[in-house]
Amino acid sequence: MNQTVSTAPTATLPTGNGLRSDLAVIAEWIAPGTRVLDLGCGDGALLAHLAAARDVRGYGLELDLDNIAACVDRGVNVIQRDLDEGLADFDEGSFDYVVMSQALQVVHAPDRLLREMLRVGRAGIVTFPNFGHWSTRAQLALGGRMPRTRTLPSCWYNTQNIHLCTLRDFEALCAEQQLEILRRAVTDAAHRSRPGLRLWPNLRAEIGMYLLRRARRS
Amino acid sequence: MHERGSVGLVRPEDIDFPGAFALDCGRSLPGFRLRIERYGQLNAQRSNAVLICHALSGDHHAAGYHSESDRKPGWWEACIGPGKPIDTDRFHVVSLNNLGGCSGSSGPCTPGPDGQTAWGPDFPIVTVRDWVRSQDRLREHLGIERWAAVIGGSLGGMQALQWAIDLPERVAHAVAIAAAPRLSTQNIAFNEVARQAILTDPDYCEGHYAREGKRPARGLALARMLGHITYLSDAAMADKFGRELISGAPGYSFEPEFQVESYLRYQGSQFIDKFDALTYLRMTKALDYFDPARDYGGNLVDALKRVEARLLLLAFSRDWRFSPARSEEIVRAALRAGRDVSYACIDSPLGHDDFLVPVPEYTRIFGAYMLRVAEECA
Repeated sequence: MNQTVSTAPTATLPTGNGLRSDLAVIAEWIAPGTRVLDLGCGDGALLAHLAAARDVRGYGLELDLDNIAACVDRGVNVIQRDLDEGLADFDEGSFDYVVMSQALQVVHAPDRLLREMLRVGRAGIVTFPNFGHWSTRAQLALGGRMPRTRTLPSCWYNTQNIHLCTLRDFEALCAEQQLEILRRAVTDAAHRSRPGLRLWPNLRAEIGMYLLRRARRS
Repeated sequence: MHERGSVGLVRPEDIDFPGAFALDCGRSLPGFRLRIERYGQLNAQRSNAVLICHALSGDHHAAGYHSESDRKPGWWEACIGPGKPIDTDRFHVVSLNNLGGCSGSSGPCTPGPDGQTAWGPDFPIVTVRDWVRSQDRLREHLGIERWAAVIGGSLGGMQALQWAIDLPERVAHAVAIAAAPRLSTQNIAFNEVARQAILTDPDYCEGHYAREGKRPARGLALARMLGHITYLSDAAMADKFGRELISGAPGYSFEPEFQVESYLRYQGSQFIDKFDALTYLRMTKALDYFDPARDYGGNLVDALKRVEARLLLLAFSRDWRFSPARSEEIVRAALRAGRDVSYACIDSPLGHDDFLVPVPEYTRIFGAYMLRVAEECA
C-alpha cells in the first residue's frame, strides 16, 4: 500500500488564481470538458472555476442553504442533499470525477460513500484534514486532551467531524476497497505546500488530497 | 398608499386570438381570448420577458392593485415587484388567466360559439399542454422570441415544466415551485371529492346553473375547504388555530366551535364570490391529467432530455400536497437526463401555501436565481 503512495506523483500547488489553493489543486487534476459531481460543494467556488476555466459541466450537492444561495449566485447547478443519503440515484459511471473536499470526516459512513463515489465517477478526488499531524498527536499524547487545531477547531462535544483519520488510515481504506491512488498532494492548514511536507507527510501534512480510481483487476 | 416594492396600479388587457384552436380532448375552440397583465419594461432586445403561470385558483392579477381603494394586491405580490425575486425593475412580467378560467379569459362563463350565450358546461376540458400552446400564441403575439423564464408554483410550476419540455427553444429558464411531475393517487382522490361536492350540489343543475339563476355555492365552498386542508401542514394548522374551544366549553352543537372550523367556513364563503364552479372542475381535471412523461412512454427522463432550459426547483419541507419528495423526483430525472438543474427544500412555516408567502430563505434563493437570469438577458 505504501508503495502505491510513494509512486504517486506529489503535486506542486498553483497559486494566485483566486481559488482556495486546495481547490486549485483539485482543479488542476480535472481534465477539461469533463463532467464533475462535487459532494459538499460549499459555495460552489470549485465548480464555478471549472466551468469558466475548463469547460467542465457539473453539479454540486450541498445541505446548507447559505451555501446553496451562494452557488445559485455563481450560476452553479446545486442540489440540496444530505450526503448521508448516499448516491443511489446517480447512475454508475455518470461522471468523470466525483469530488469530496473536506467532507469525508463529517459523513456517517465514509467507507460506503467512498465506494459510492467510485461507482458514480470514473475517478474520485478526496481531501480531508490529517489527524496524524504532529500537533494533534502531541495534544493527545502530551496534553491528554482531544486535539483542537487550525483545521479542526471544534471541541469534542460539538464537532461535526465524527470520522477523523490519518493519511495512512485513508490509504489503508483505499487499499481495502481496491482503489488506486493516482495522485496525492499534502499541504498545511493554509493549503500551502512546503518542501518539508513531503518528508513524513503523515506527521507534517495538515491536509491530504487524493486522486483515486478503482484498481484494474489483472 | 400601497406599500413600497409593489408594482402599484395595474390594468388588465384582453387579447383575442382568432382561428380554430385545437385542444387535447379532440375538440377545438373557434378562437379564444386571454386576459393578461404586464409589469415592468420590455427591453429593446425583447429578451427580459418572464411568464407567470398561475395555480388552481389564481388568475392574471399576479401583482399590484386595480384601484386606489383595492385592499388586496395580486396573488403573488410576495414575489413580484421592484426589488423582489421577480424584479419588475429588471423583468417584463407577463401574467395571464388560463383558458377555462373565470377571470376574463375564454372559459365556461364567457360567450360560446354563437357569441351570445355563455359556454357553461359545454366548455371543453383543457389540459396543461393546451395552456402551454395558448400561452405560446400569447408569446408570439407579444413578439417575444424566448421567455427569459417561465415561472410558477404548484399547478403553475407544472406549466413551467411542460413549457420546457414542449417548447424547449422558447424557454431559457423554468422555475417550478412546490410542484410535482404528476399527481399522486391521493392528490387525484382529493380532487375527486372536490368535484363530487360541486357535481352533487342540487344547484349545480348539470352545469347549467347560470341559466337557471342558481349557483352551486355549497359544493364550491366545500371543494375550497377541502383544498385548504391540503394547503397547510398538520403542524401549521395546529400552530395557527390550535384546538381550543372558542367558547371554552363544548356547546354540543354543529356551530363552529374550533377556530379551524371558522377558518375553513370563511375560506369557503369568500371563494364562492370570486370563483366559478365549472372552472374549478376544469382546473382540477387539468391537474389530474398532467403527466408530461406520458408522451414519452412514461419515462420522465426521456421527457426531460428535450429540455434546453436551466431548471430551478424549490420545495417546502412542510408541504404534503406536493411534498419535497415530488420535486426530488423531477430533480432525479433531470440529473439522469443531464439537464442543468438546481434544487432547494425550504424549511417553511405553512406547507403548500408557502410558495405564496415571502419566506426569507425562499425569496433569497429564488431572488439569487432570478438575478442570474436577469444578468443573462440584460
